Amino acid sequence: MIGLGLPRGFIVTLKNFIRPAVTEQYPDRHVGLLGAAKEAGMNPFQFLIKKPADSLKAIAGLATVPVAVKQSSRFRGNEFVFFEDRCTACASCAKYCPLGIIEIVSVPGKIDAQEGESYKLEVFDIDIGRCMFCGLCVEACPYDALHMGTSFERSKYVRDELIITKEELFDAPKRPSSFYRPQFEENAFDPFKETVDDFHDAGRHEQPSAEDLKKKWVDER
Amino acid sequence: MAIKTQPVTVNLGPQHPSTHGVFRMRVMFDGEEIVDVEPVFGYLHRGSEKLAEERTYTQIVTLTDRMDYVSSMLNNQAYILAVEKLAGIEPSPRGVWLRMIAAELQRIASHLVATGFLIQDLGALGTPLIYAMREREGILDLFEMLCGARITNSYLRPGGVFMDAPDEFWPALDRGLDDIVRTIDELETYLSGNEIIFSRTKGTAVLPPELLINASITGPMLRASGVDWDLRHRAPYDYYDKISFERKLHTASDNYARYWVRIQESRESVKIIKQCIEQIEPGSVRPSFDDVPRLIRPPVGDAYAAIEGSKGELGFYLVSDGGIAPYRMHVRASSLINLTLLRDMLIGGQFGDLFVTFGSIDLNMGEVDR
Repeated sequence: MIGLGLPRGFIVTLKNFIRPAVTEQYPDRHVGLLGAAKEAGMNPFQFLIKKPADSLKAIAGLATVPVAVKQSSRFRGNEFVFFEDRCTACASCAKYCPLGIIEIVSVPGKIDAQEGESYKLEVFDIDIGRCMFCGLCVEACPYDALHMGTSFERSKYVRDELIITKEELFDAPKRPSSFYRPQFEENAFDPFKETVDDFHDAGRHEQPSAEDLKKKWVDER
Repeated sequence: MAIKTQPVTVNLGPQHPSTHGVFRMRVMFDGEEIVDVEPVFGYLHRGSEKLAEERTYTQIVTLTDRMDYVSSMLNNQAYILAVEKLAGIEPSPRGVWLRMIAAELQRIASHLVATGFLIQDLGALGTPLIYAMREREGILDLFEMLCGARITNSYLRPGGVFMDAPDEFWPALDRGLDDIVRTIDELETYLSGNEIIFSRTKGTAVLPPELLINASITGPMLRASGVDWDLRHRAPYDYYDKISFERKLHTASDNYARYWVRIQESRESVKIIKQCIEQIEPGSVRPSFDDVPRLIRPPVGDAYAAIEGSKGELGFYLVSDGGIAPYRMHVRASSLINLTLLRDMLIGGQFGDLFVTFGSIDLNMGEVDR
Protein backbone atom coordinates (compact mmCIF):
# COMPACT_ATOMS: atom_id res chain seq x y z
CA MET A 1 0.00 0.00 0.00
CA ILE A 2 1.44 3.30 -1.05
CA GLY A 3 2.38 5.46 1.89
CA LEU A 4 3.08 2.65 4.34
CA GLY A 5 6.24 1.34 2.70
CA LEU A 6 8.69 3.73 4.28
CA PRO A 7 7.44 3.40 7.89
CA ARG A 8 7.41 -0.39 7.55
CA GLY A 9 10.96 -0.27 6.30
CA PHE A 10 12.05 1.83 9.22
CA ILE A 11 10.52 -0.67 11.65
CA VAL A 12 12.69 -3.37 10.05
CA THR A 13 15.83 -1.28 10.34
CA LEU A 14 14.93 -0.46 13.94
CA LYS A 15 14.58 -4.16 14.74
CA ASN A 16 17.98 -4.81 13.19
CA PHE A 17 19.41 -1.92 15.15
CA ILE A 18 18.42 -3.61 18.38
CA ARG A 19 19.44 -7.17 17.54
CA PRO A 20 22.97 -8.26 18.51
CA ALA A 21 25.70 -7.47 16.03
CA VAL A 22 26.99 -10.30 13.89
CA THR A 23 30.35 -8.66 13.28
CA GLU A 24 33.27 -10.88 14.16
CA GLN A 25 36.11 -9.03 15.81
CA TYR A 26 39.47 -10.29 14.65
CA PRO A 27 42.24 -10.83 15.80
CA ASP A 28 41.33 -9.23 19.15
CA ARG A 29 38.13 -8.04 20.69
CA HIS A 30 37.59 -5.36 23.29
CA VAL A 31 36.54 -6.51 26.73
CA GLY A 32 35.35 -4.73 29.84
CA LEU A 33 36.39 -5.49 33.37
CA LEU A 34 34.33 -8.67 33.60
CA GLY A 35 35.73 -10.07 30.37
CA ALA A 36 39.31 -9.26 31.30
CA ALA A 37 38.88 -10.91 34.70
CA LYS A 38 37.37 -13.98 33.08
CA GLU A 39 40.28 -14.14 30.67
CA ALA A 40 42.75 -13.95 33.57
CA GLY A 41 40.83 -16.69 35.36
CA MET A 42 39.80 -14.85 38.54
CA ASN A 43 36.73 -13.04 39.78
CA PRO A 44 36.46 -9.26 39.17
CA PHE A 45 37.26 -8.23 42.76
CA GLN A 46 40.41 -10.35 42.84
CA PHE A 47 41.35 -8.92 39.47
CA LEU A 48 40.85 -5.34 40.71
CA ILE A 49 43.12 -5.90 43.69
CA LYS A 50 45.78 -8.08 42.12
CA LYS A 51 46.11 -6.34 38.77
CA PRO A 52 45.14 -2.69 39.24
CA ALA A 53 46.87 -1.50 36.07
CA ASP A 54 45.12 -4.08 33.90
CA SER A 55 41.75 -3.42 35.49
CA LEU A 56 42.13 0.32 34.90
CA LYS A 57 42.88 -0.46 31.28
CA ALA A 58 39.83 -2.69 31.09
CA ILE A 59 37.58 -0.03 32.65
CA ALA A 60 38.88 2.52 30.15
CA GLY A 61 37.94 0.11 27.34
CA LEU A 62 41.49 -0.52 26.18
CA ALA A 63 41.83 -4.19 27.14
CA THR A 64 41.68 -6.74 24.36
CA VAL A 65 41.64 -10.51 24.33
CA PRO A 66 42.47 -12.73 21.34
CA VAL A 67 39.56 -14.32 19.54
CA ALA A 68 39.32 -18.00 18.76
CA VAL A 69 38.41 -18.24 15.08
CA LYS A 70 35.28 -20.21 14.29
CA GLN A 71 36.20 -22.48 11.42
CA SER A 72 35.02 -25.73 10.03
CA SER A 73 37.41 -28.61 10.66
CA ARG A 74 37.39 -29.19 6.89
CA PHE A 75 38.93 -25.78 6.29
CA ARG A 76 41.39 -25.94 3.41
CA GLY A 77 44.17 -23.72 4.60
CA ASN A 78 47.83 -23.07 5.03
CA GLU A 79 50.11 -24.82 5.52
CA PHE A 80 50.18 -28.44 4.48
CA VAL A 81 50.60 -31.12 7.13
CA PHE A 82 53.04 -33.72 5.92
CA PHE A 83 54.05 -36.99 7.54
CA GLU A 84 57.27 -38.07 5.97
CA ASP A 85 57.06 -41.53 7.50
CA ARG A 86 53.85 -42.19 5.63
CA CYS A 87 55.12 -40.88 2.30
CA THR A 88 56.28 -43.40 -0.29
CA ALA A 89 57.33 -40.69 -2.78
CA CYS A 90 54.80 -41.90 -5.34
CA ALA A 91 54.38 -38.29 -6.60
CA SER A 92 50.61 -38.66 -7.00
CA CYS A 93 50.20 -35.22 -5.43
CA ALA A 94 52.60 -33.66 -7.93
CA LYS A 95 50.81 -35.29 -10.84
CA TYR A 96 47.39 -34.28 -9.62
CA CYS A 97 48.20 -30.64 -8.87
CA PRO A 98 46.53 -28.41 -11.49
CA LEU A 99 49.33 -25.86 -11.30
CA GLY A 100 52.30 -28.19 -10.95
CA ILE A 101 53.74 -26.48 -7.90
CA ILE A 102 54.88 -29.58 -6.01
CA GLU A 103 58.45 -30.62 -6.69
CA ILE A 104 59.51 -34.12 -5.70
CA VAL A 105 62.93 -35.73 -6.03
CA SER A 106 63.23 -39.28 -4.77
CA VAL A 107 65.84 -42.04 -4.66
CA PRO A 108 65.37 -45.75 -3.92
CA GLY A 109 66.31 -47.18 -0.59
CA LYS A 110 63.80 -46.74 2.20
CA ILE A 111 61.93 -49.30 4.25
CA ASP A 112 58.42 -48.00 4.64
CA ALA A 113 55.60 -48.87 7.00
CA GLN A 114 53.01 -49.46 4.32
CA GLU A 115 54.82 -50.55 1.23
CA GLY A 116 57.93 -52.14 2.65
CA GLU A 117 60.63 -51.15 0.22
CA SER A 118 59.99 -47.72 -1.17
CA TYR A 119 61.56 -44.55 -2.39
CA LYS A 120 63.26 -42.06 -0.16
CA LEU A 121 62.24 -38.46 -0.40
CA GLU A 122 65.08 -36.06 -1.17
CA VAL A 123 63.18 -32.91 -2.08
CA PHE A 124 59.57 -32.08 -1.37
CA ASP A 125 58.86 -28.43 -2.09
CA ILE A 126 55.43 -26.81 -2.31
CA ASP A 127 55.23 -23.32 -3.78
CA ILE A 128 52.48 -21.95 -1.54
CA GLY A 129 52.66 -18.61 -3.33
CA ARG A 130 51.02 -20.15 -6.39
CA CYS A 131 48.81 -22.60 -4.54
CA MET A 132 45.05 -22.14 -4.79
CA PHE A 133 44.17 -24.62 -2.04
CA CYS A 134 41.92 -26.76 -4.17
CA GLY A 135 42.97 -29.84 -2.19
CA LEU A 136 43.44 -32.11 -5.18
CA CYS A 137 46.92 -33.16 -4.01
CA VAL A 138 45.46 -34.22 -0.67
CA GLU A 139 42.71 -36.11 -2.46
CA ALA A 140 45.29 -37.92 -4.57
CA CYS A 141 47.54 -39.04 -1.70
CA PRO A 142 46.96 -42.79 -1.33
CA TYR A 143 48.72 -43.13 2.03
CA ASP A 144 47.35 -40.07 3.87
CA ALA A 145 50.81 -38.55 4.10
CA LEU A 146 49.74 -35.09 2.97
CA HIS A 147 46.88 -33.20 4.61
CA MET A 148 45.53 -29.70 4.29
CA GLY A 149 46.40 -27.37 7.13
CA THR A 150 43.91 -25.33 9.11
CA SER A 151 45.71 -22.04 9.66
CA PHE A 152 45.74 -19.00 7.43
CA GLU A 153 48.12 -16.54 9.04
CA ARG A 154 51.24 -17.47 7.16
CA SER A 155 52.02 -14.33 5.21
CA LYS A 156 55.65 -13.69 4.42
CA TYR A 157 57.64 -10.66 3.33
CA VAL A 158 59.68 -12.38 0.64
CA ARG A 159 58.17 -14.48 -2.11
CA ASP A 160 60.90 -17.09 -1.88
CA GLU A 161 59.89 -17.87 1.67
CA LEU A 162 56.55 -19.07 0.37
CA ILE A 163 58.23 -22.17 -1.04
CA ILE A 164 57.93 -24.54 1.87
CA THR A 165 60.33 -27.43 2.05
CA LYS A 166 60.27 -30.89 3.61
CA GLU A 167 62.15 -29.67 6.67
CA GLU A 168 59.77 -26.79 7.31
CA LEU A 169 56.83 -29.13 6.96
CA PHE A 170 58.48 -31.52 9.39
CA ASP A 171 58.90 -28.84 12.03
CA ALA A 172 55.50 -27.25 11.63
CA PRO A 173 52.76 -28.05 14.18
CA LYS A 174 50.63 -30.85 12.82
CA ARG A 175 47.06 -29.62 12.80
CA PRO A 176 45.59 -31.45 9.81
CA SER A 177 42.23 -30.48 8.39
CA SER A 178 39.67 -33.23 7.96
CA PHE A 179 39.27 -32.31 4.31
CA TYR A 180 39.04 -35.62 2.43
CA ARG A 181 40.15 -37.39 5.60
CA PRO A 182 36.98 -38.89 7.08
CA GLN A 183 38.98 -40.76 9.73
CA PHE A 184 39.55 -37.48 11.59
CA GLU A 185 35.83 -36.76 11.63
CA GLU A 186 35.07 -40.27 12.86
CA ASN A 187 37.55 -39.84 15.71
CA ALA A 188 36.12 -36.37 16.48
CA PHE A 189 39.56 -34.83 16.05
CA ASP A 190 39.59 -31.06 16.54
CA PRO A 191 42.54 -29.47 14.74
CA PHE A 192 42.08 -26.19 16.59
CA LYS A 193 42.70 -27.78 19.98
CA GLU A 194 44.96 -30.78 19.47
CA THR A 195 47.79 -31.88 17.20
CA VAL A 196 48.66 -35.20 15.61
CA ASP A 197 52.04 -36.19 17.00
CA ASP A 198 52.19 -39.80 15.89
CA PHE A 199 52.02 -40.46 12.18
CA HIS A 200 50.11 -43.70 12.81
CA ASP A 201 47.11 -41.70 13.96
CA ALA A 202 46.90 -39.79 10.71
CA GLY A 203 46.04 -42.60 8.37
CA ARG A 204 43.34 -45.04 7.52
CA HIS A 205 45.70 -48.01 7.27
CA GLU A 206 46.85 -50.36 9.97
CA GLN A 207 50.59 -50.58 10.23
CA PRO A 208 51.94 -54.03 9.36
CA SER A 209 54.31 -55.50 11.90
CA ALA A 210 58.07 -55.48 11.31
CA GLU A 211 58.13 -59.29 10.97
CA ASP A 212 55.46 -59.27 8.29
CA LEU A 213 57.30 -56.61 6.38
CA LYS A 214 60.58 -58.48 6.57
CA LYS A 215 58.90 -61.69 5.51
CA LYS A 216 57.14 -60.00 2.59
CA TRP A 217 59.93 -57.87 1.28
CA VAL A 218 63.18 -59.58 2.32
CA ASP A 219 62.76 -63.29 2.95
CA GLU A 220 60.34 -64.16 0.18
CA ARG A 221 62.16 -62.35 -2.54
CA MET B 1 12.46 28.07 -22.11
CA ALA B 2 14.38 24.93 -23.01
CA ILE B 3 17.95 24.74 -21.83
CA LYS B 4 20.37 24.17 -24.65
CA THR B 5 22.63 21.18 -24.18
CA GLN B 6 25.17 19.47 -26.32
CA PRO B 7 26.25 15.81 -26.23
CA VAL B 8 29.22 15.02 -24.05
CA THR B 9 31.06 11.71 -23.85
CA VAL B 10 31.96 10.38 -20.43
CA ASN B 11 34.16 7.41 -19.69
CA LEU B 12 32.88 5.21 -16.85
CA GLY B 13 35.19 2.61 -15.43
CA PRO B 14 36.93 0.24 -15.74
CA GLN B 15 37.90 0.78 -12.11
CA HIS B 16 34.58 1.94 -10.74
CA PRO B 17 32.79 0.51 -7.70
CA SER B 18 29.42 0.42 -9.45
CA THR B 19 30.51 -1.57 -12.47
CA HIS B 20 30.57 -4.86 -10.49
CA GLY B 21 34.13 -5.62 -11.47
CA VAL B 22 36.26 -4.17 -14.21
CA PHE B 23 33.86 -2.98 -16.87
CA ARG B 24 34.08 0.14 -18.95
CA MET B 25 31.35 2.12 -20.63
CA ARG B 26 31.78 5.06 -22.97
CA VAL B 27 28.53 6.92 -22.48
CA MET B 28 27.34 9.91 -24.51
CA PHE B 29 24.99 12.17 -22.59
CA ASP B 30 22.76 14.92 -23.81
CA GLY B 31 21.97 16.69 -20.59
CA GLU B 32 20.65 13.95 -18.32
CA GLU B 33 19.63 11.69 -21.17
CA ILE B 34 21.79 8.85 -22.44
CA VAL B 35 22.30 9.10 -26.19
CA ASP B 36 24.83 6.38 -26.83
CA VAL B 37 26.57 3.63 -24.87
CA GLU B 38 29.58 1.64 -25.90
CA PRO B 39 30.48 -1.22 -23.55
CA VAL B 40 34.15 -2.19 -23.39
CA PHE B 41 35.01 -5.40 -21.61
CA GLY B 42 37.76 -7.98 -21.42
CA TYR B 43 39.70 -6.47 -18.55
CA LEU B 44 39.28 -9.62 -16.45
CA HIS B 45 40.12 -12.08 -19.19
CA ARG B 46 42.18 -14.93 -17.78
CA GLY B 47 41.87 -17.40 -20.62
CA SER B 48 40.05 -20.07 -18.64
CA GLU B 49 38.85 -21.84 -21.77
CA LYS B 50 42.36 -22.09 -23.14
CA LEU B 51 43.81 -23.12 -19.78
CA ALA B 52 41.29 -25.95 -19.67
CA GLU B 53 42.87 -27.51 -22.74
CA GLU B 54 45.94 -28.51 -20.78
CA ARG B 55 44.29 -29.72 -17.60
CA THR B 56 42.63 -33.01 -16.82
CA TYR B 57 38.87 -33.18 -16.44
CA THR B 58 39.00 -33.14 -12.66
CA GLN B 59 41.47 -30.27 -12.50
CA ILE B 60 39.22 -28.03 -14.61
CA VAL B 61 36.71 -27.94 -11.74
CA THR B 62 39.07 -25.51 -10.01
CA LEU B 63 38.96 -23.22 -13.05
CA THR B 64 35.17 -23.11 -13.16
CA ASP B 65 35.06 -21.77 -9.59
CA ARG B 66 36.77 -18.65 -10.75
CA MET B 67 34.48 -17.83 -13.65
CA ASP B 68 31.38 -16.61 -11.86
CA TYR B 69 32.82 -16.18 -8.42
CA VAL B 70 29.53 -15.47 -6.66
CA SER B 71 27.99 -18.73 -7.85
CA SER B 72 30.86 -21.20 -7.97
CA MET B 73 28.73 -24.22 -7.07
CA LEU B 74 26.47 -23.63 -10.06
CA ASN B 75 29.50 -23.38 -12.34
CA ASN B 76 30.82 -26.64 -10.88
CA GLN B 77 27.45 -28.27 -11.48
CA ALA B 78 27.20 -27.17 -15.11
CA TYR B 79 30.72 -28.33 -15.86
CA ILE B 80 30.32 -31.67 -14.11
CA LEU B 81 27.09 -32.35 -15.98
CA ALA B 82 28.92 -31.77 -19.25
CA VAL B 83 31.72 -34.14 -18.22
CA GLU B 84 29.23 -36.81 -17.14
CA LYS B 85 27.44 -36.50 -20.46
CA LEU B 86 30.71 -36.67 -22.38
CA ALA B 87 32.17 -39.65 -20.54
CA GLY B 88 28.89 -41.44 -19.88
CA ILE B 89 29.26 -41.43 -16.11
CA GLU B 90 26.36 -42.57 -13.96
CA PRO B 91 26.40 -40.32 -10.87
CA SER B 92 25.78 -41.52 -7.31
CA PRO B 93 22.30 -40.56 -6.08
CA ARG B 94 23.46 -39.11 -2.77
CA GLY B 95 26.10 -37.05 -4.54
CA VAL B 96 23.46 -35.64 -6.88
CA TRP B 97 21.16 -34.68 -3.99
CA LEU B 98 24.06 -33.03 -2.17
CA ARG B 99 25.06 -31.04 -5.20
CA MET B 100 21.48 -29.94 -5.76
CA ILE B 101 21.35 -28.65 -2.18
CA ALA B 102 24.66 -26.87 -2.67
CA ALA B 103 23.55 -25.39 -5.99
CA GLU B 104 20.27 -24.05 -4.60
CA LEU B 105 22.08 -22.53 -1.62
CA GLN B 106 24.45 -20.88 -4.05
CA ARG B 107 21.53 -19.56 -6.08
CA ILE B 108 20.10 -17.90 -2.98
CA ALA B 109 23.50 -16.41 -2.16
CA SER B 110 23.87 -15.08 -5.69
CA HIS B 111 20.37 -13.56 -5.72
CA LEU B 112 21.01 -11.95 -2.34
CA VAL B 113 24.18 -10.36 -3.66
CA ALA B 114 22.34 -9.20 -6.79
CA THR B 115 19.55 -7.65 -4.73
CA GLY B 116 21.90 -6.01 -2.27
CA PHE B 117 24.03 -4.42 -4.94
CA LEU B 118 20.99 -3.35 -6.97
CA ILE B 119 19.68 -1.42 -3.98
CA GLN B 120 23.14 -0.06 -3.33
CA ASP B 121 23.28 1.23 -6.89
CA LEU B 122 20.02 3.03 -6.16
CA GLY B 123 21.87 5.01 -3.53
CA ALA B 124 20.95 3.11 -0.36
CA LEU B 125 24.54 2.83 0.76
CA GLY B 126 25.01 0.00 3.14
CA THR B 127 21.88 -1.17 4.90
CA PRO B 128 20.20 -3.54 2.41
CA LEU B 129 23.55 -4.73 1.12
CA ILE B 130 24.75 -5.51 4.62
CA TYR B 131 21.54 -7.41 5.40
CA ALA B 132 21.93 -9.45 2.23
CA MET B 133 25.63 -10.07 2.80
CA ARG B 134 24.97 -11.12 6.40
CA GLU B 135 22.69 -13.86 5.17
CA ARG B 136 25.11 -14.86 2.43
CA GLU B 137 27.73 -15.26 5.14
CA GLY B 138 25.62 -18.00 6.72
CA ILE B 139 25.43 -19.80 3.40
CA LEU B 140 29.19 -19.52 2.97
CA ASP B 141 29.63 -21.03 6.43
CA LEU B 142 27.55 -23.99 5.27
CA PHE B 143 29.83 -24.34 2.25
CA GLU B 144 32.84 -24.29 4.53
CA MET B 145 31.34 -27.19 6.45
CA LEU B 146 30.72 -29.09 3.23
CA CYS B 147 33.97 -28.60 1.39
CA GLY B 148 36.36 -26.45 3.40
CA ALA B 149 36.20 -23.37 1.21
CA ARG B 150 33.83 -20.46 1.00
CA ILE B 151 34.11 -19.05 -2.50
CA THR B 152 36.34 -21.32 -4.56
CA ASN B 153 34.52 -24.46 -3.56
CA SER B 154 35.59 -27.15 -6.08
CA TYR B 155 33.12 -29.38 -4.27
CA LEU B 156 31.86 -31.38 -7.20
CA ARG B 157 33.62 -34.24 -8.92
CA PRO B 158 32.58 -36.27 -11.95
CA GLY B 159 29.93 -38.61 -10.57
CA GLY B 160 28.96 -36.69 -7.46
CA VAL B 161 30.78 -34.76 -4.77
CA PHE B 162 34.10 -35.50 -3.13
CA MET B 163 32.95 -35.97 0.43
CA ASP B 164 29.74 -36.53 2.31
CA ALA B 165 28.31 -33.72 4.40
CA PRO B 166 29.43 -33.80 8.04
CA ASP B 167 26.92 -34.59 10.77
CA GLU B 168 26.73 -31.02 12.00
CA PHE B 169 25.76 -29.83 8.51
CA TRP B 170 22.12 -30.95 8.62
CA PRO B 171 21.02 -29.09 11.79
CA ALA B 172 23.01 -26.07 10.60
CA LEU B 173 21.23 -26.24 7.24
CA ASP B 174 17.81 -26.29 8.94
CA ARG B 175 18.73 -23.25 11.02
CA GLY B 176 20.21 -21.56 7.97
CA LEU B 177 17.02 -22.06 5.93
CA ASP B 178 14.94 -20.45 8.68
CA ASP B 179 17.35 -17.52 8.72
CA ILE B 180 17.16 -17.20 4.95
CA VAL B 181 13.36 -17.13 4.98
CA ARG B 182 13.40 -14.51 7.73
CA THR B 183 15.87 -12.35 5.82
CA ILE B 184 13.88 -12.60 2.60
CA ASP B 185 10.74 -11.59 4.53
CA GLU B 186 12.67 -8.65 5.91
CA LEU B 187 13.98 -7.64 2.51
CA GLU B 188 10.48 -7.85 1.08
CA THR B 189 8.96 -5.87 3.94
CA TYR B 190 11.22 -2.94 3.52
CA LEU B 191 12.14 -3.08 -0.15
CA SER B 192 9.18 -4.46 -2.10
CA GLY B 193 6.80 -1.86 -0.72
CA ASN B 194 9.21 1.02 -0.57
CA GLU B 195 7.97 4.08 -2.46
CA ILE B 196 11.47 5.25 -3.32
CA ILE B 197 12.27 1.92 -4.92
CA PHE B 198 8.92 2.02 -6.75
CA SER B 199 9.62 5.42 -8.21
CA ARG B 200 13.17 4.60 -9.17
CA THR B 201 12.76 1.12 -10.62
CA LYS B 202 9.21 0.84 -11.97
CA GLY B 203 8.98 1.59 -15.65
CA THR B 204 12.70 2.00 -16.22
CA ALA B 205 14.61 -0.01 -18.82
CA VAL B 206 11.57 -1.87 -20.09
CA LEU B 207 12.39 -4.63 -22.56
CA PRO B 208 9.75 -6.35 -24.71
CA PRO B 209 9.69 -10.17 -24.40
CA GLU B 210 10.20 -10.58 -28.16
CA LEU B 211 13.48 -8.70 -28.01
CA LEU B 212 14.62 -10.76 -25.02
CA ILE B 213 13.87 -14.01 -26.82
CA ASN B 214 15.58 -12.84 -30.00
CA ALA B 215 18.66 -11.86 -28.06
CA SER B 216 18.61 -15.27 -26.29
CA ILE B 217 18.43 -13.70 -22.87
CA THR B 218 17.75 -16.23 -20.12
CA GLY B 219 17.28 -16.37 -16.41
CA PRO B 220 15.52 -13.88 -14.15
CA MET B 221 15.71 -11.20 -16.85
CA LEU B 222 13.58 -13.32 -19.17
CA ARG B 223 11.17 -14.47 -16.47
CA ALA B 224 10.66 -10.87 -15.44
CA SER B 225 9.05 -10.29 -18.84
CA GLY B 226 6.54 -13.09 -18.42
CA VAL B 227 8.22 -15.78 -20.49
CA ASP B 228 7.99 -19.10 -18.65
CA TRP B 229 11.45 -20.47 -19.34
CA ASP B 230 13.31 -22.28 -16.61
CA LEU B 231 15.66 -25.11 -17.52
CA ARG B 232 14.98 -26.80 -14.21
CA HIS B 233 11.42 -27.25 -15.45
CA ARG B 234 11.85 -27.35 -19.23
CA ALA B 235 14.86 -29.68 -19.43
CA PRO B 236 15.31 -31.15 -15.97
CA TYR B 237 18.87 -32.11 -15.15
CA ASP B 238 20.02 -33.95 -12.00
CA TYR B 239 16.86 -34.81 -10.02
CA TYR B 240 14.83 -31.69 -10.68
CA ASP B 241 12.11 -33.86 -12.20
CA LYS B 242 11.48 -35.25 -8.70
CA ILE B 243 11.03 -31.76 -7.28
CA SER B 244 7.99 -29.55 -7.56
CA PHE B 245 8.43 -25.82 -7.48
CA GLU B 246 6.70 -22.74 -8.82
CA ARG B 247 8.15 -20.58 -11.56
CA LYS B 248 7.73 -16.99 -10.51
CA LEU B 249 6.91 -14.69 -13.38
CA HIS B 250 6.41 -10.97 -13.61
CA THR B 251 5.10 -9.24 -16.68
CA ALA B 252 6.39 -5.68 -16.31
CA SER B 253 9.93 -6.46 -17.56
CA ASP B 254 11.37 -3.42 -15.83
CA ASN B 255 14.03 -3.12 -13.17
CA TYR B 256 11.52 -3.74 -10.38
CA ALA B 257 10.29 -6.93 -12.04
CA ARG B 258 13.84 -8.29 -12.24
CA TYR B 259 14.40 -7.54 -8.58
CA TRP B 260 11.03 -9.11 -7.65
CA VAL B 261 11.71 -12.30 -9.62
CA ARG B 262 15.05 -12.79 -7.85
CA ILE B 263 13.53 -12.41 -4.41
CA GLN B 264 10.71 -14.84 -5.21
CA GLU B 265 13.11 -17.33 -6.73
CA SER B 266 15.12 -17.37 -3.53
CA ARG B 267 11.96 -18.43 -1.70
CA GLU B 268 11.41 -21.22 -4.19
CA SER B 269 15.00 -22.34 -3.74
CA VAL B 270 14.37 -22.75 -0.01
CA LYS B 271 11.40 -24.99 -0.86
CA ILE B 272 13.56 -27.02 -3.26
CA ILE B 273 16.23 -27.54 -0.59
CA LYS B 274 13.58 -28.72 1.87
CA GLN B 275 12.34 -31.28 -0.66
CA CYS B 276 15.94 -32.39 -1.28
CA ILE B 277 16.46 -32.93 2.44
CA GLU B 278 13.34 -35.09 2.54
CA GLN B 279 14.31 -37.20 -0.44
CA ILE B 280 18.06 -37.60 0.14
CA GLU B 281 19.08 -41.23 0.49
CA PRO B 282 22.10 -42.79 2.21
CA GLY B 283 24.91 -44.26 0.17
CA SER B 284 28.20 -43.29 -1.34
CA VAL B 285 28.62 -39.78 -2.69
CA ARG B 286 30.70 -40.66 -5.72
CA PRO B 287 31.25 -43.76 -7.84
CA SER B 288 34.23 -45.93 -6.96
CA PHE B 289 37.54 -45.23 -8.63
CA ASP B 290 37.12 -48.42 -10.64
CA ASP B 291 34.11 -46.89 -12.38
CA VAL B 292 35.27 -43.30 -12.54
CA PRO B 293 39.06 -43.05 -12.31
CA ARG B 294 40.82 -39.86 -11.40
CA LEU B 295 42.14 -39.56 -14.93
CA ILE B 296 39.10 -39.71 -17.17
CA ARG B 297 39.57 -40.43 -20.86
CA PRO B 298 36.18 -39.80 -22.48
CA PRO B 299 35.54 -41.23 -25.94
CA VAL B 300 35.98 -38.99 -28.96
CA GLY B 301 32.99 -36.70 -29.27
CA ASP B 302 31.40 -33.61 -27.86
CA ALA B 303 28.78 -32.79 -25.25
CA TYR B 304 26.85 -29.74 -24.17
CA ALA B 305 25.16 -29.52 -20.80
CA ALA B 306 23.32 -26.51 -19.47
CA ILE B 307 21.80 -25.65 -16.13
CA GLU B 308 19.60 -22.85 -14.94
CA GLY B 309 22.27 -20.76 -13.31
CA SER B 310 21.63 -17.82 -11.07
CA LYS B 311 21.97 -15.47 -14.04
CA GLY B 312 20.54 -17.56 -16.83
CA GLU B 313 21.38 -20.60 -18.88
CA LEU B 314 24.91 -21.61 -18.00
CA GLY B 315 26.27 -24.17 -20.41
CA PHE B 316 29.54 -25.96 -20.94
CA TYR B 317 30.48 -27.38 -24.31
CA LEU B 318 33.29 -29.92 -24.26
CA VAL B 319 35.03 -31.54 -27.19
CA SER B 320 37.10 -34.63 -26.50
CA ASP B 321 39.77 -36.13 -28.72
CA GLY B 322 40.10 -39.16 -26.51
CA GLY B 323 42.85 -37.71 -24.37
CA ILE B 324 43.03 -36.81 -20.71
CA ALA B 325 42.24 -33.14 -21.36
CA PRO B 326 39.44 -31.63 -23.45
CA TYR B 327 40.34 -30.60 -26.97
CA ARG B 328 38.18 -27.51 -26.57
CA MET B 329 35.99 -26.10 -23.85
CA HIS B 330 33.46 -23.39 -24.46
CA VAL B 331 31.34 -21.71 -21.85
CA ARG B 332 27.94 -20.26 -22.62
CA ALA B 333 28.28 -17.47 -20.11
CA SER B 334 24.86 -16.15 -19.23
CA SER B 335 26.22 -12.83 -17.99
CA LEU B 336 27.91 -12.08 -21.29
CA ILE B 337 24.79 -12.82 -23.32
CA ASN B 338 22.57 -10.87 -20.93
CA LEU B 339 24.92 -7.94 -21.35
CA THR B 340 24.24 -7.69 -25.07
CA LEU B 341 21.00 -5.78 -24.46
CA LEU B 342 22.75 -3.08 -22.48
CA ARG B 343 22.37 -0.52 -25.27
CA ASP B 344 18.65 -1.22 -25.66
CA MET B 345 18.16 -0.84 -21.93
CA LEU B 346 20.14 2.33 -21.45
CA ILE B 347 19.64 4.51 -24.52
CA GLY B 348 16.90 6.99 -23.93
CA GLY B 349 17.09 6.57 -20.19
CA GLN B 350 18.29 8.92 -17.51
CA PHE B 351 21.79 9.19 -16.15
CA GLY B 352 20.61 8.28 -12.64
CA ASP B 353 19.18 5.00 -13.87
CA LEU B 354 22.35 3.93 -15.62
CA PHE B 355 23.88 1.94 -12.79
CA VAL B 356 20.53 0.70 -11.53
CA THR B 357 19.81 -0.81 -14.91
CA PHE B 358 23.31 -2.14 -15.07
CA GLY B 359 22.89 -3.74 -11.65
CA SER B 360 19.53 -5.25 -12.56
CA ILE B 361 21.20 -7.40 -15.25
CA ASP B 362 23.15 -8.99 -12.37
CA LEU B 363 26.29 -9.61 -14.30
CA ASN B 364 29.56 -10.84 -13.03
CA MET B 365 32.66 -9.72 -14.83
CA GLY B 366 34.48 -12.93 -13.97
CA GLU B 367 31.95 -14.75 -16.10
CA VAL B 368 31.72 -12.12 -18.85
CA ASP B 369 35.45 -12.06 -19.52
CA ARG B 370 36.37 -15.55 -18.26
